[in-house]
Amino acid sequence: MSENRITIFVDGKALKAREGEPLLKACLAGGIFIPNLCYMEGIDPLPVSCRLCFVAVEGRAQPVPSCSIPVREGLVVHTDTPEVRRLQRQGLRLLLSTHHVECARCPANRHCALQDMTRFLKVGLKPKTVYLKAPPVRSEHPFLDYHVNRCVLCGRCVEICKARQDRPELTFIKRGFDTTLGFFPGGASNPQDLKTYRACVEACPVGALVLKDSNKNP
Amino acid sequence: MYEALKKEALKRKRAFEEDPRPIIQIGMATCGIAAGALETRAAFQQVLAERQIPARIRTVGCMGHCYAEPVVIIDHGASGFPPILYPEVNSGKAAMLAKLFLENGDPRLEHILGATKENDMIPSVMEFPRFNREKRLVMEKCGHIDPEDIYDYIAGGGYAAFAKTLERPGDTLIDEIQQSGLRGRGGAGFPTGLKWELARQSQGKEKIVICNADEGDPGAYMDRMLLESNPHQVLEGMLICAHAVGAGRGIVYVRAEYPLAVKTLEKALHQAKEARLLGNGILGTSFDFHIDIFEGSGAFVCGEETALIHSIEGYRGMPRQRPPYPTESGLFGKPTVINNVKTLATVPAILEHGAQWFRGIGTKNSPGTAIFSIVGDVTHPGLVEIPMGVTLRTLIFDICGGIPNKKGFKAVQIGGPSGGCLSEAFLDTPIDFDTLAEAGAMMGSGGMVVMNEDTCMVDVARYFLDFTQKESCGKCTFCRIGTHHLLAALEQLTEGKGESVDVNFLQRLSEDIRAGSLCGLGKTAPNPVLTSLKYFANDYQAHMKEKRCPAMACRPLVAFYIDLEKCARGCDVCEGCCPVDAVFTTPNRKKGIDQSLCVKCGECMTACPPEYKAVMKVSPPHLAPVIERPPQAARKGK
Repeated sequence: MSENRITIFVDGKALKAREGEPLLKACLAGGIFIPNLCYMEGIDPLPVSCRLCFVAVEGRAQPVPSCSIPVREGLVVHTDTPEVRRLQRQGLRLLLSTHHVECARCPANRHCALQDMTRFLKVGLKPKTVYLKAPPVRSEHPFLDYHVNRCVLCGRCVEICKARQDRPELTFIKRGFDTTLGFFPGGASNPQDLKTYRACVEACPVGALVLKDSNKNP
Repeated sequence: MYEALKKEALKRKRAFEEDPRPIIQIGMATCGIAAGALETRAAFQQVLAERQIPARIRTVGCMGHCYAEPVVIIDHGASGFPPILYPEVNSGKAAMLAKLFLENGDPRLEHILGATKENDMIPSVMEFPRFNREKRLVMEKCGHIDPEDIYDYIAGGGYAAFAKTLERPGDTLIDEIQQSGLRGRGGAGFPTGLKWELARQSQGKEKIVICNADEGDPGAYMDRMLLESNPHQVLEGMLICAHAVGAGRGIVYVRAEYPLAVKTLEKALHQAKEARLLGNGILGTSFDFHIDIFEGSGAFVCGEETALIHSIEGYRGMPRQRPPYPTESGLFGKPTVINNVKTLATVPAILEHGAQWFRGIGTKNSPGTAIFSIVGDVTHPGLVEIPMGVTLRTLIFDICGGIPNKKGFKAVQIGGPSGGCLSEAFLDTPIDFDTLAEAGAMMGSGGMVVMNEDTCMVDVARYFLDFTQKESCGKCTFCRIGTHHLLAALEQLTEGKGESVDVNFLQRLSEDIRAGSLCGLGKTAPNPVLTSLKYFANDYQAHMKEKRCPAMACRPLVAFYIDLEKCARGCDVCEGCCPVDAVFTTPNRKKGIDQSLCVKCGECMTACPPEYKAVMKVSPPHLAPVIERPPQAARKGK
């Protein structure tokens, strides 16, 4: 990424950005909110999996995920077109249709990415039909509890675990709708890893990963 | 170096041909073996040994005539007959042919399909549309050469194109491929020459060529057939590609579910190495190229190129956002060309005959031929290679013999789970990449499922969506959850609980999945729904509003009853065959079906003698007249 400062135009506003950085980052830094879940700095390649950060870029027929667009001089972007909002709302509704709403008991309450986005996109938090998976909590990991029906499968924790440990412990398992987070067995022997687990838990935007009771920790 | 190989191959061929003993040629690809070719071969061997008949058995690959498997060609020159093709040769037929034809010279004309050479005695197979309407360019040698013998391939001109290209600089090869207009046969139809050009220009010392043989569409098997019947043609294509882009390493990514293809390929690689067509210093030049086999572990999504790369790298097969494209940063970050088996197998022919020749076949924007595996309700299913631009009607009715059992045509599903269902209105559409995409289907890898009038399109859409949902990698929201909800709605429709489902919901969710998904699997997953909504709207309306399945295929929406006007009342065959005792007889010999017990298997309908045809099927189920089951009959039933 070069140090060239360039100008892009987002919703009619001129923003300064570094050439080549992700459009999403430039917009967020410039005070323009774009819904997002899976984006984290420093991951290469980016997952581009939550499919929420769509924007309309002039010259492209379809909305594109802004985290996958490197900014260049004179880029003209609209974040609030009907097509963009329709896709974002649909994506968020899909995520909520598998989400167990129990905000009062959730550690992410009031700083939850889903809550923020429902307010921003004006989508109801509780859809008519909700498909939940069983069992709701998986606790085979020695230090982590995993709340299956809170998880949005953004993959942030997987990426952190991959980056911080030479032997990653988290991965996706199963296929299709049944995809969840899984733990490789036999890990977690090293108490130093706890730092990584804390980082995973902090990175979770929805409170799906929580550390087990402190008395169980080493 | 190549001349020496060719000389050796021709010497072997001459020796084989000059041998006066008859040749029994058996198709032994997976399809032949599944149909019983192993037993057929054993029967031939046994009779030949017992009676000491001097004949040679030669195993070849598949000719693509699945309806006729196991296929045997007997070349008994001494009898005065031309080589004759026999269909459906089971072990009994094999023993009979060995005795009567090989020993006594009687070819048993009632069992033949035709002669494989023009002659005055026996009609040639080339007189049948299933043979003569095809244009075999990629499959030309399939079923005629021994896939386990490299010399058989070389004797027929194999590796000649590669040997010639070795003398040319790589960029002229790419020009030739670009001029030929060859488009990727894996589905999307990306120009192959352009892909090679991008890889050639890409920075990076080491470049890689991957042959994508992760064929996962239900009902598609042309990649398997090519690898099992003529692996060297694919290897030759890879060699040419490697020379053109400057790659030193190749990988064939083949599904582990194709054990015979893997075995054949291993043998082919070994033989190519022995012949110095692979390895270091190929054919005495400074060109090095090594090919490894990588066996995929059964994930449909790994046919997507970035997921395939992740899978080889040792990760979970999940696609990533493109760009960067693999030609820029592919396997382990190196520039990588990923081509489908059929694309690579087409390359040698183009370089042999030239780009202009190739342009002369097919249509303007889709030159060349297409291989389809045509399955479902057709008389002669199998693999068909036709020039692009042939109409569906020609393909289905002329070449494949139309719909059996006097049923009507309803739809054809093209391109596997990513493709679409096209109605009768498209029968006269010429098939190429663009016309199919326009219609909402896609070429895909070439799977084609023909369906007759007894097929419910809602159920078909449900089936394909069930497949894509189960094979979704779960990475992106729209594919993981969107296809699940779409499937749930279709399931409700086929179960008669579709009051809350409406067309707009299906249409909108499908469009959003298409626009929002990360990779090709998600983007094309709603195609079966979108096309069936467009071309078979009545099927959906009937399921939604009337809870009726017009094709009477969705079990929860049909009921069986016995028409007492037609019933002879004397026979009890329906009652006897019912597996759940749902059919009963009242004391005055009326037959009835207890709808609460009936599992709708249709056994009674099949069993009812054709002179009565008294068992009727209706939809919606409440239309079936109710006959009270007498209490004693109920007790007897229990």
